[in-house]
Amino acid sequence: MLPKVFLIGLLGALLLLAGAVSASSIDVYEFETREQEARFHALNAELRCPKCLNTNLWGSDAPIAQDLRRTVANMVREGHSDAEIRSYLVSRYGDFILYNPRFTARTAVLWVGPFLLLFLGIGIIAVMIRNQRRAARASREGISAEEAERLARLRAELMREASGAAPRS
Amino acid sequence: MSEHAGSMAKPGMSRASLFIPLVVFLVILGVLWRGFSLGDPHALPSALLNQPLPEFALPVLHEPGRVVSSEAMHGEPFLLNVWATWCPTCRAEHKELARIAETYGVPIYGINYKDNPTEARRWLARFGDPYIFSVVDADGSLGIDLGVYGAPETFLVDGDGIIRYKRVGAVDQRVWERDLAPILAELRDAS
Repeated sequence: MLPKVFLIGLLGALLLLAGAVSASSIDVYEFETREQEARFHALNAELRCPKCLNTNLWGSDAPIAQDLRRTVANMVREGHSDAEIRSYLVSRYGDFILYNPRFTARTAVLWVGPFLLLFLGIGIIAVMIRNQRRAARASREGISAEEAERLARLRAELMREASGAAPRS
Repeated sequence: MSEHAGSMAKPGMSRASLFIPLVVFLVILGVLWRGFSLGDPHALPSALLNQPLPEFALPVLHEPGRVVSSEAMHGEPFLLNVWATWCPTCRAEHKELARIAETYGVPIYGINYKDNPTEARRWLARFGDPYIFSVVDADGSLGIDLGVYGAPETFLVDGDGIIRYKRVGAVDQRVWERDLAPILAELRDAS
């Protein structure tokens, strides 16, 4: 039973791998300049196939992806800028088509959310470390948390006084 | 012992903090609930809602010599249906389109999308032709202008040529009654 499950898993992994590798390179596009070709490739990598949820235009053999590759190629040849090509496709297919979404009110959560979570996490960890240190010191010194706090205050005061006194001597 | 004293120092706070995991769990639950109940992730909202129908000039399926533009359809609200013989769902929705055209007198135009015209004509002869006419979009360029990414798709366009509704997938009786019929009634009342 187990080997079977194992084999199916292996097969699945291989299929996934094959899917990732088999970028449809059947159709060949000719460009006048290297720069046009490079832009074409970059756009194909960052534009998302509308039919297939999680693939860019390169990675998909869906008919619509082929048509869009052709459209992008034509627009590049006709001398449209990257921004023009993007906005043409967005006006047809919506933000969905961009793998690199623009910063708008609707996408703000996508852009800012991770940083908010990161700072929240750092804050929580900082508070936890502080509390732990305080508790550890308190238990070492056999006093309660309040006493420890008072001790810390007194120590800080002493330090201040000491540093304040130093220049005089 | 002193550790005990420490945790007892602010009993209110520690009691409240016990509920943090529960709150986090409920928030995640809420987000996932919403995410999974969005319905079909393939159904993208049309970026062309309330936009004019793109201009085109394409031959008519039954009269290849005749080229029509989008203005040929203006006048009263109509349905614009993207179909092809290679699309089984189109066949499934075909009867419903015929019923809508016949029962409600809605003009329906077709876009024969990336298809073989000969086969398309044969298909219509066999299953009936609910369209006033179909235009031939052989290379799918009108499809891209319309944000089409498969077939069937159906647009409801008002008399001024503004797109008011888009359906990705088959139009069946449920879709007609729930979405199309109310919008159409509204458009007809307004004009």
